[in-house]
Amino acid sequence: MPIVLLLGAGSDMAVAIARKFAAQQYHIQLAGRHTAALQAQQQDLQVRYGVTASVHAFDATDFNSHPGFFAGLPAQPDITICIFGYLGEQTKAQDNWPEAAAIINTNYTGAVSILNVVANSYAAKQEGTIIGISSVAGERGRQSNYIYGSAKAGFTAYLSGLRNRLFRSGVHVMSVQPGFVDTRMTQHLTLPPLLTAQPEAVAEAIFKAMKKKKNVLYVKWHWKYIMLIIKLIPEGIFKKLSL
Amino acid sequence: MQKRLSNWGNYPAVVSDEIAFTQEDQLREYIAGHSQMIARGNGRCYGDASLGKHSISMLKYDKMLSLDTTNGIIDVQAGVTLDQILDIIVPKGWFLPVTPGTKYITVGGAVASDVHGKNHHVDGAISGHVIDMDVLTASGETICCSANNHSDLFWATCGGMGLTGVITRVKFDLKKISTAYIKQTQLKAGNLEEVIRLFDEYKHYTYSMAWIDCLQKGDSFGRSILIVGEHATPEELSEHQRKAPLTLPAKRKLTIPFNLPSFVLNTFTVKAFNWLYYNKNYRKVMHKVIPYEPFFYPLDAILHWNRGYGKAGFVQYQFVVSLEQKDGLIAILKRISDKGWGSFLAVLKVFGKQDSLISFPMEGYTLALDFPIRKGLFEFLDELDEIVLQYGGRLYLSKDARMKPGIFRNSYANAARFADIVKQYNPDGRFESMQSERLSLIK
Repeated sequence: MPIVLLLGAGSDMAVAIARKFAAQQYHIQLAGRHTAALQAQQQDLQVRYGVTASVHAFDATDFNSHPGFFAGLPAQPDITICIFGYLGEQTKAQDNWPEAAAIINTNYTGAVSILNVVANSYAAKQEGTIIGISSVAGERGRQSNYIYGSAKAGFTAYLSGLRNRLFRSGVHVMSVQPGFVDTRMTQHLTLPPLLTAQPEAVAEAIFKAMKKKKNVLYVKWHWKYIMLIIKLIPEGIFKKLSL
Repeated sequence: MQKRLSNWGNYPAVVSDEIAFTQEDQLREYIAGHSQMIARGNGRCYGDASLGKHSISMLKYDKMLSLDTTNGIIDVQAGVTLDQILDIIVPKGWFLPVTPGTKYITVGGAVASDVHGKNHHVDGAISGHVIDMDVLTASGETICCSANNHSDLFWATCGGMGLTGVITRVKFDLKKISTAYIKQTQLKAGNLEEVIRLFDEYKHYTYSMAWIDCLQKGDSFGRSILIVGEHATPEELSEHQRKAPLTLPAKRKLTIPFNLPSFVLNTFTVKAFNWLYYNKNYRKVMHKVIPYEPFFYPLDAILHWNRGYGKAGFVQYQFVVSLEQKDGLIAILKRISDKGWGSFLAVLKVFGKQDSLISFPMEGYTLALDFPIRKGLFEFLDELDEIVLQYGGRLYLSKDARMKPGIFRNSYANAARFADIVKQYNPDGRFESMQSERLSLIK
């Protein structure tokens, strides 16, 4: 069975994605910082689905370690899903560079760093799938989260360019724009129920979209149109809104 | 995040700050910085037990750590729900040692309530099947406890309603099965005397319980249907079922999508329901082989059935009186019947012996009923409490939303000892629920 590598495997969304793929009998490589928690997840996947799962230490912001990390995996994954992200605090990031840097380095630089390695490997063997979890926040900068948003905007553009480059090599790249998801990352926020997806629904949608070789996935269809409208607002008006 | 929370009875509802965690360190850090907090599983207890100012949601702490299919032992993080476990273990030929009437509860919640099932008279409550468990206490220490190791903590945690700390991991034994089916026998009993006699006659059956129609008076007072069952063997299955004896056929789920107006359930509709239920059993004794799900979890087939009671919610009243106090059972049932305030469900069961510190079950008769919230209900239930107390009985904390503190103290013989142990592990009362506050459980 194919092997899936989850980068940032400890998040709620990653847990759901791992379970979805494991339920389909994929083997799972869990990569993240908190390896102790990942051990529990590894056991969980084995007990629930009887698949092989393994744990690998990975830090998105330790860029230099990335080539060695990928080369050192016990088996090369057929599918790589880049899930890690850091929401951070916008107001803090405005006047605290380490916070801003953490947001940018996790959501953008770290993702580019590791996916460059993965992409080159997949391009060389002319097969593979890369799935990147970006964010609708990257579609237009808003005062409430433009540092996170701009990092995700960079990531979205990166994925789109990568898709373009790798198309001829037979490597599929899918961008995922989940919208609001009910996870620990957002547990301090009050989210509108209609626009908020459960992590299991995100995982389900990703799996289906991957099978259909979709390029861009909006998990809840509303978001595609919401973002379209938001993008259509003229800048002169947009700058006066408190979004 | 501030959330409006209520348990299965939809009463009471409170605004609570709820957090979730996936790593023990996150939980430890949270506990260090908060008070007035209580662990919360899937919210299937009925009253205010898992409601507090700060709720620690266990639902993301849901990893299955190991499953020994040779000896039938499972080790899980406490936020795993019983339905998830069943999905994994039944196809491998194992079953839960004890299960309550819903599978949508967490393992941690099951232990904190020390849940019982239809097999209590044979297999006891869940606490008797726990091999060991981890409890994260107020000091931030995780203590592995069992009946032999830190046994004071163990017994104050089983049925302790989350007051000793957060149950984070539970290892327990499973029951071997050879099919996913139950061989069930239903027996009609014309009145209470008859059903009590039948309970005794059928006590060698592993599973037993009875539905009582509380609205019957006179000769048919206590009219009921006794349901007993055993795990079926492959030979007892139909040819079709035998092809995959450990796999259940797929089924559809019904749901009640919103709260029904409260007039939907009135004396008339309840009487009609009870009449239909009783008379659909057209023969005195009926045998059949059915999947385990409708046998153990008939109401789980209707998601959100609690909404049937309307927005005001309901309370479930469950008490136990000893076998010698059958008069108490009769007296209470009479009061309920005379009042006519209806009860969609009334379940009668005979408990077996159980030695425990603070758990609800004790050898005797237990009766559980639903009461939609209405004016005067709590006064009426207070009167029932007095009768329960008079007959030496007690109420189930997992169902309770309104008992007075004096009733609790006078009905649970070990209340003071329990409070003492809780104080050792939770000295500042930082684990506290609305229920523990209301009942002064740890004062």
